[in-house]
Amino acid sequence: MEKFTKLTSTAIPLEVENVDTDQIIPARFLKATDKEGFGDNVFRDWRFTKEGKLNENFILNNPNYRGSILVTGTNFGCGSSREHAAWALVGYGFKVVVSSFFADIFKGNSLNNGLLPVQVSKQFLALILTRLKENPNTQITVDLENQTISILETTLSESFDIDPYKKMCMIYGYDDIDYLLSKKDQIEAFEAQKI
Amino acid sequence: MGKTLFDKVWDAHVVDSIENGPQVLYIDTHLIHEVTSPQAFNELEERNIPIFRPNQIVATADHNTPTLDQHLPIKDVLSRNQLKQLSENCNKHGIRLYELGHKYNGIVHVMAPELGITQPGKTLVCGDSHTSTHGAFGAIAFGIGTSQVAQVFASQCLLLTKPKSLRVTVNGTLKKGVLPKDVILYIISQIGTNAGTGYFCEYAGEVFERMSMEGRMTVCNMSIEMGARGGMIAPDETTFNYVKGRKFAPKDETFDKKVAYWKTLATDSDAIFDKEYTFDASEIEPMITYGTHPGMGIKISEIIPKIDDPSFRKSLDYMGFKAGESMLNKPINYVFLGSCTNSRIEDFRMAAHFIKGKQKAKNVTAWLVPGSKQVEAQIEAEGLKAVFEAAGFELRQPGCSACLAMNDDKIPAGEYCVSTSNRNFEGRQGQGARTILASPLVAAATAIEGKIIDITQHLN
Repeated sequence: MEKFTKLTSTAIPLEVENVDTDQIIPARFLKATDKEGFGDNVFRDWRFTKEGKLNENFILNNPNYRGSILVTGTNFGCGSSREHAAWALVGYGFKVVVSSFFADIFKGNSLNNGLLPVQVSKQFLALILTRLKENPNTQITVDLENQTISILETTLSESFDIDPYKKMCMIYGYDDIDYLLSKKDQIEAFEAQKI
Repeated sequence: MGKTLFDKVWDAHVVDSIENGPQVLYIDTHLIHEVTSPQAFNELEERNIPIFRPNQIVATADHNTPTLDQHLPIKDVLSRNQLKQLSENCNKHGIRLYELGHKYNGIVHVMAPELGITQPGKTLVCGDSHTSTHGAFGAIAFGIGTSQVAQVFASQCLLLTKPKSLRVTVNGTLKKGVLPKDVILYIISQIGTNAGTGYFCEYAGEVFERMSMEGRMTVCNMSIEMGARGGMIAPDETTFNYVKGRKFAPKDETFDKKVAYWKTLATDSDAIFDKEYTFDASEIEPMITYGTHPGMGIKISEIIPKIDDPSFRKSLDYMGFKAGESMLNKPINYVFLGSCTNSRIEDFRMAAHFIKGKQKAKNVTAWLVPGSKQVEAQIEAEGLKAVFEAAGFELRQPGCSACLAMNDDKIPAGEYCVSTSNRNFEGRQGQGARTILASPLVAAATAIEGKIIDITQHLN
């Protein structure tokens, strides 16, 4: 897993609530047996019309907005457990998703793929969205070590929570398999005494 | 302080705890299917890690399988390849697989309970969010991502932070025509799609106590639609009777010993939940959804609410509905009766009971898709297939089918589908398709009438 410590980037405001993983990557793209290529189809049915033309009204197609931070409405990543959603976002180039609320499974999947979910207050989310609308060049810094998210060249900043173990995994690029394998003896002992 | 059902099962599976961090939770049973497992197999292979407990894994093919001509080679190359990889991976690692065509094949959340793999007190995971279904037996069952599938392959454990506890209690007696699907759609419409996020839910009260195992599975199945990773119901005689005698159920004395243990799992009377909701059964009526998430549901006789919010307006625009209008009499051209929510024998009995002696509306294309080969066989054995065929319906072969439309069972763009599945997300049943969630009874009635009707007026 790629390490993550600190990132400063412009951001893309996706002002929609309850974005489900079917929107992030529609089911018809889940037939692959590797993790490659999902980025090409991220938000496929919002990026393209039914006829396959670019949907110019969709924010990812707006040339003014670029960056590796996605800022989005509450309850992001709800629905299906498909990790393909995290692979698609990472494949497209996102390193951070900012929302006021994340669905459980998506949050875990993101952390397991080096994509940092940053949960902010509703007020701070509204603030970022407003700033981004006013100025697409607004830069945002996400500092994992200090657990802060700030809007550059302003005093606007907020701290965010992350499980200390998961934080360490992100910073050092570890994954859970490494840790679980180190516990093998204990796991076997547990099995031996189990009813 | 007493313990909840969830506490008791969780605590019995904790291998270790990291200070200020997650716990190592032991997983008894790992269910896998073709879509979310290949990358996990690859990962272990790349890292040269063996599968730790292959005999605790059960595989089926369901998401990406055709529902017609299952005996023929699959036309779609990618789908065929995905199934081939599943078979190869299972053969290589000695994993039990019920592949396409096998008499035990079916939707993972239908076939596993049917075979007695799902049991009270177990921990059970699968790379599928509707794994919450198995909580109906008093098991801790939840969906995981593919990285976690790889973790369970490698260690039979997961690193998890214990979720908070939530209880939804429904007491009283359900009205005629109100099915378990209506109960869960009602709950989600009341508490919202993220009320359960970070929680594990227990369903309690007379309504669930009186419910069949099939009904309990329908309810627990949709726990994830309110954000909860899992839902549970305390195991009781209904549960024990269902499990008893099934292929993988404990036998004889072992069964009796297990039952004695399972009886200790119910939530203690002095246990405290982090969050509680209580409803009365008399408030619940047949439900229908009008929007693009499962929380956007109303009683079938109500009107679509007016809410001033951009996401709400976007949703209604997609559906082609207006705030303030009724769902009744909307013409419907597609009906889907199936999915891990509602494809068990009871669902087909319910539909057949309503359909018997009537004819399907000419404008309706109806897909009746059993949850498993065993359900398919039972439909035929009970004479329900004949009822469906006499009424102009076609019974298809088992699989996830139009619930997520990964195979050819896609609803055309712009069309409405009254569906017994679990998600009405944009494009869920096909690009541009518009899904309306309902019970098997409402779906059957829609197929007969060709439009949405107030089912409460048609029950005798």
